[in-house]
Amino acid sequence: MVERRSLATLLAHVVLILGIVVVAFPIWVTFVASTHHAKDIMTAPIPLWPGTQFFENYRRLLFEGLINPTAGGVPMWRMMTNSFIMAMIIALGKIFVSFIAAFAIVYFRFPFRMVVFWIIFMTLMLPVEVRIVPTFKVVADLGMLNSYAGLTIPLIASATATFLFRQFFLTVPDELAEAARIDGAGPVKFMKDILLPLSRTNLAALFVIMFTFGWNQYLWPLLMTTDRQYLTVVMGIQRMINVADTDPQWPMVMAAVILAMLPPVAVVLLMQRWFIKGLVETEK
Amino acid sequence: MASVILENVRKVYAGGVEAVKGISLDVPNGSFTVLLGPSGCGKSTLLRMIAGLETITGGTCKIGDRVVNEVEPAERDIAMVFQNYALYPHMSVYDNMAYGLRNRRTPKPEIERRVREAARMLAIEDFLDRRPRALSGGQRQRVAMGRAIVREPQAFLFDEPLSNLDAKLRVQMRIEIRRLHNRLKATSIFVTHDQVEAMTLADVVVVMNHGRIEQVGKPTDVYNRPATRFVATFIGSPAMNLVPGRVIGRGKVEIPGSGTLDFDPDQFEVADGTSVEVGIRPEDMTVAASGESNGFAMKPEFVEELGPNRLVHGLAGSAPLVLSVPSSMHDLGNGTIALHVPEHRVHVFDTTTGRTLRRG
Repeated sequence: MVERRSLATLLAHVVLILGIVVVAFPIWVTFVASTHHAKDIMTAPIPLWPGTQFFENYRRLLFEGLINPTAGGVPMWRMMTNSFIMAMIIALGKIFVSFIAAFAIVYFRFPFRMVVFWIIFMTLMLPVEVRIVPTFKVVADLGMLNSYAGLTIPLIASATATFLFRQFFLTVPDELAEAARIDGAGPVKFMKDILLPLSRTNLAALFVIMFTFGWNQYLWPLLMTTDRQYLTVVMGIQRMINVADTDPQWPMVMAAVILAMLPPVAVVLLMQRWFIKGLVETEK
Repeated sequence: MASVILENVRKVYAGGVEAVKGISLDVPNGSFTVLLGPSGCGKSTLLRMIAGLETITGGTCKIGDRVVNEVEPAERDIAMVFQNYALYPHMSVYDNMAYGLRNRRTPKPEIERRVREAARMLAIEDFLDRRPRALSGGQRQRVAMGRAIVREPQAFLFDEPLSNLDAKLRVQMRIEIRRLHNRLKATSIFVTHDQVEAMTLADVVVVMNHGRIEQVGKPTDVYNRPATRFVATFIGSPAMNLVPGRVIGRGKVEIPGSGTLDFDPDQFEVADGTSVEVGIRPEDMTVAASGESNGFAMKPEFVEELGPNRLVHGLAGSAPLVLSVPSSMHDLGNGTIALHVPEHRVHVFDTTTGRTLRRG
């Protein structure tokens, strides 16, 4: 324990408060801007307190969408649904695939086991951007452009999650697997009854990371989808800003940004309770 | 319940290490057999082969009258208690004990009955709803035993189950295991490196070293009639003294630089003039009254105080020797101590093979 001294405590608090201000102020400005008329925030001084247009702006954005050539009247709820579906499929798919892959690598002695592991591990160094052209070609040839499958499947394989699960499985005592074997639990039963419940903290952590990862995808959906029906939030915001011959409707853009932030924040808050529960409950 | 019969069982690991070198052993139905040996002697490997957790490289393993070499652990009808308990951390005590039975599709009332009964036997009834982490080491060990008991197996296998407990608890659990065995009369194989555990628990002690059996016998046999130098020094604390000597006549052996000792010539078969190793337990020697000694003596170097007794370390000739004397004995004199050893407490071993020269 560090000794408590009033000066040190004060200093710590000042630093923390400054940090919070630096992080929170832009978000506040964003929120304030989303509640005004467009002309109000284009004139100095920029308002620092919420305006009158909160309900009107958000209603228009959510249910009507912006009328401009690129964003083309796709309502925000549609984009958010798309993003949500994409993020969920990516997060759950990644967890499922990597859990099974790590289970195979750790608990089964098959030929070239380590080779397989190292190949998976090496793909850590190849993010989507590096392999984007060949991946696009494959997806296009399979006829998966403009579909949820095309949006998500190429992003599901995850070396990071496989690696994390592998490391976790290695910390599970071998005796547990042996006790289960003697208790008559086959591999699948062992995975379902013992490994899965033991992994729940890791599952929660990975879900948070992977959901955010999926939600924030930009480049891949941009390439994959031309149909407005599949517009995601991140792409939508880009299109709202990218308008010709006129000013972007900043209050709407700001409102979209605020809305785009909410689901990842909600996921973090929800999962945080799981985290802590898991952390408190772990053995020893 | 069933007997466990091993015939020439071998284990060779990938990479060529031979952990178990052809062991034949008969564990009779209902007996408590302890596999005892230093770490790396293959005792755990042998147990794990009986459990089916390691494949058997050669030989056969029979449980009852069924050869189980290729049988899955769950179908061997055995139960195992692990050193670190291996309880499922996310399940309640009840579920831990019931898990194996559920997997075997035992009817629910039957599971309930068996778990309650085992819990009562082990005095863990009050903890059935708790998770393992909320239990102390001794309680966890009981749960692990309960998990074994509810299966009503052909044989119990214990893999150093007491090593993770503190000294006091270990003694207590040892007694409980013995009591449980007397009650259940279940064939049990218990692996340990602790000779006290082995001596107190076993009907039969199997002393192992370097993947081979050194001696099989009752606890008193391995203590009183060790078959090899290894068993002689491994069993007993402090360890048996081994000093080089030469047989100079019927029942007489000379310890160079120290004197002569009498041994029982009816028990040992050894020709005059042979170089041998003489084994004497520290607790079998006494400081000689005048006229009692044949000149066997030691030069003391230092004393270890143990409370009830003290250990005198010194030299007999050039060989190190440890003598155990009661604490009440204060005056050890200075200079050499003349020692008396009853002739039937002297062991004679072959210098080259390390085997006892005992007859029959």
